[in-house]
Amino acid sequence: MFGFFLRRASLIIPTFIGITLLVFSLIHMIPGDAVEAMSGERGMDAARYARLVHQLGLDRPLYVQYFDYLGHVLQGDLGHSIVTQESVLHEFLALFPATVELSFCAMLIALAIGLPAGILAALKRNTVFDYAVMGVSLTGYSMPIFWWALLLILLFSVTLGWTPVSGRIDILFDLPPVTGFMLIDSLLSGEPGAFRSALSHLILPAIALGTIPLAVVARMTRSAMLEVLREDYVRTARAKGLSRFRVVGIHALRNALIPVVTVIGLQVGTLLAGAILTETIFSWPGIGKWLVEAIHRRDYPVVQGGILLSATIIIVVNLAVDLLYGVINPRIRHSS
Amino acid sequence: MSQAATVAAPAAPPHPLREFWIHFRQNRGAVIGLAAVVVIALLALCANLIAPHSPIAQFRDATLVPPAWQAGGSARFLLGTDPVGRDMLSRLIHGTRLSLLIGLVSVSLSLVLGVTLGLIAGYFRGVTEIAIMRLMDVMLALPSLLLAVAIVAVLGPGLVNAMYAIAVVMLPHYARQTRAAVIAEMAKDYVNASRIAGAGTLRIMFDCVLPNCTAPLIVQATLGFSSAILDAAALGFLGLGAQPPTPEWGSMLASALEFIQSAWWVVTFPGLAILLSVLAFNLTGDGLRDALDPKLKR
Amino acid sequence: MMRPLLDIRDLRVEFGTEQMPVTAVDGLDLVVAPGEVVGIVGESGSGKSVTSLAVMGLIDYPGRVSAQHLRFDGRDLLGMSDSGRRGLLGKDIAMIFQDPMSSLNPCFTVAYQLIETLRVHQGGSKTALRERALALLQQVEIPDAQRRLNAYPHQLSGGMSQRVMVAMAIACNPRLLIADEPTTALDVTVQAQMLELLLQLQRERGMALMLITHDLSVIAQTAQRVVVMYAGQVVETGRVPDIFKAPRHPYTQALLAALPERNLGRERLQAIPGVVPGQYDRPSGCLLHPRCAYAAAPCRAVRPALSGDSEAQVRCHFALDPTGHPGNGWDRTA
Repeated sequence: MFGFFLRRASLIIPTFIGITLLVFSLIHMIPGDAVEAMSGERGMDAARYARLVHQLGLDRPLYVQYFDYLGHVLQGDLGHSIVTQESVLHEFLALFPATVELSFCAMLIALAIGLPAGILAALKRNTVFDYAVMGVSLTGYSMPIFWWALLLILLFSVTLGWTPVSGRIDILFDLPPVTGFMLIDSLLSGEPGAFRSALSHLILPAIALGTIPLAVVARMTRSAMLEVLREDYVRTARAKGLSRFRVVGIHALRNALIPVVTVIGLQVGTLLAGAILTETIFSWPGIGKWLVEAIHRRDYPVVQGGILLSATIIIVVNLAVDLLYGVINPRIRHSS
Repeated sequence: MSQAATVAAPAAPPHPLREFWIHFRQNRGAVIGLAAVVVIALLALCANLIAPHSPIAQFRDATLVPPAWQAGGSARFLLGTDPVGRDMLSRLIHGTRLSLLIGLVSVSLSLVLGVTLGLIAGYFRGVTEIAIMRLMDVMLALPSLLLAVAIVAVLGPGLVNAMYAIAVVMLPHYARQTRAAVIAEMAKDYVNASRIAGAGTLRIMFDCVLPNCTAPLIVQATLGFSSAILDAAALGFLGLGAQPPTPEWGSMLASALEFIQSAWWVVTFPGLAILLSVLAFNLTGDGLRDALDPKLKR
Repeated sequence: MMRPLLDIRDLRVEFGTEQMPVTAVDGLDLVVAPGEVVGIVGESGSGKSVTSLAVMGLIDYPGRVSAQHLRFDGRDLLGMSDSGRRGLLGKDIAMIFQDPMSSLNPCFTVAYQLIETLRVHQGGSKTALRERALALLQQVEIPDAQRRLNAYPHQLSGGMSQRVMVAMAIACNPRLLIADEPTTALDVTVQAQMLELLLQLQRERGMALMLITHDLSVIAQTAQRVVVMYAGQVVETGRVPDIFKAPRHPYTQALLAALPERNLGRERLQAIPGVVPGQYDRPSGCLLHPRCAYAAAPCRAVRPALSGDSEAQVRCHFALDPTGHPGNGWDRTA
């Protein structure tokens, strides 16, 4: 098992190096001047320009600059925001829990609805229910989620007035950030109504963000279940006199989950990309909104660091899914 | 069955295109999708003839007019007008042009580049292959919208740059598919045979290998249309794609945000247009995959 | 005769739509006495596997099962509730399948799958269940049973997997064991061992064994009675020695003639021409007539009925006499 872990883990190193190269070259591909881009200053005099060139190391050969950059990255130094002068890593870490909370809840919604819907659709194949699940999930898969988010706001916030339009919690509450996760912090604070407020702020963005993963999970679960239900071992399970629940819920589902887990892992990328849109619409203070604002402000160190960190998170999560795959699929674990 | 017999016999199997159509027709969703794609293409081609007004003409006397069937609406503006008095319907119809254009340009660009890279990687193997495929892996590690946003951040916002960004984002899919097909085909005997017969590298690639991976590439390209439309709209919505007053659906939505409470139609219709066209391409793509995939044929 | 353990009368299994049904089993009668070994023989497509699945209640929609009665130990299986029937499956009626490698669930250990059967039907403490699982593996002669308990199916060979399947099937001391081609997917070298094991367990436990196979030589070594099926119908039944000595149906005769041991010294193995009729080409008259060496005019016109006593039956207009020639006034030119 440990060897399996090491083998898989070593695979992400070249990918990580590739991403640092990509992000590094990003800055050098900006049309115009790299010094202006990195410092955010315009129209400076020649002396200051020369000093900055030297300070930023732009007078050295490219490969030296790259290794210098890589060295800083490995020490956790991703530079400073031009706008706020804050460390990029600090800003990221402060905002990241909000994105994690939102993505986690979105995935929870996707799984809570997508898995049962997919299983039921497979069991009731070619019925109205099956067609409905497939139709709705194809629509969900084709949904421009920024528009879907607006429709949700139009219905639940504007027309019905059930949920607030933006933010993470009502401004009346001033909670000390303990974990960074508003749902937990609001519970810890003990303030009456705080949790309710946090939840009502979370629900719409989570639904909007969870829609595409939901559609993907439902489709994948259905096709995996259909495949597994034809297998001989399902017939064996039935011949053993097991209840329908054990046959479907344990013998079939356990095998069907193997491909579904892979798909769930791939959805982490979808969630981060979706967070860019969802957070912008709901003014959710996470890294998606942070990145979009940085682009509009031409805050290149933030853009550079934000993309590097997001990509790193995605490859780490994919590694984790790979390992989990080994746990749920005995055939992978034991193969040498 | 010998080749000569197949050609000579009058009762030869149906033409491949006909056989494809027979399979495709069985999938009702796919036929509906294809019909919708045709309608969208016609709307785009004849936008000037169909649209009742110019997409950028501002009717100052008629700002935020609701759709015709609502109180206060007028038959002059079937789907109402936007905050500066432009006709929604005309803007939507002209929007199909942009969306199809974005799809066409970015998919073709991506297809040509991706197939070339895939052919090179699959044919030459070795260091070239590792370098190309590693780069593709890195690009795939980033979610498409994030990568597109990063590229636009570098190139600067705008419709053309958004097309480039989307083309780059889709590249790895084509490259991977082509490489896999090339490697599979190169191992087959007929390729060896034509090589022994003295066929050159280019000839083998374009005569033997490429025709054998067209089916999956066609499917991928169709589905690529839908993701191109979706990503372009997302970029437009974020203010990184097409800029106002271009009647692009995503940027129309962005500029309608503040009227979400007062004028539902400026928010609803552009999104619906995006959804329907993406859905149309997805349905068609799924149908193509089922009809073209020989493994699923019975 | 004592009360039969399994008593099937006029079993009919259909697939396809109501308008265009495809008949897989067509009016099958079968009686199995307690402790008896009955062989069911037929080519693929003859309905023998479908019959066993129908007894187990494993035919799913769009398949339809009907019968005058389908009794196990006097209780009608078709009239039973789903849960009542599940209570019998794996406990009183057990089954093993053709392909052992794909019949075990790849995600669970041998112990889990064995213990599951025991727990569902009998229950008991964790340690007691594990001990019984171990004992079962030893009874089916799996070497190093203790270690195999924690193995996953992909770590076992085909023969080993089939032994696990057998252990699972006999876990609750069933009174009827249905074995559907239990040796077909195994290496030739382990086929004989597997049959030996099944027979030994059958004798020790006094359970009835329904052995389904396409291989008559398997029946010769094991069964007391044999049922020959063709295209969903029973064409001949009888005691094994009688049938092997003097088959009365031309199909049985042809099957026997195709056995390798009866072809010693010949240039070519005798084979039956043609294939079992499919869903759209069921012939008129006797279903066998297009492939029958003795087909005459009545065979093409009238479908024969099963005739005979409870000991031996045959479905042929011109049942063969002890010399192997068609009787009953057969005349090919008629």
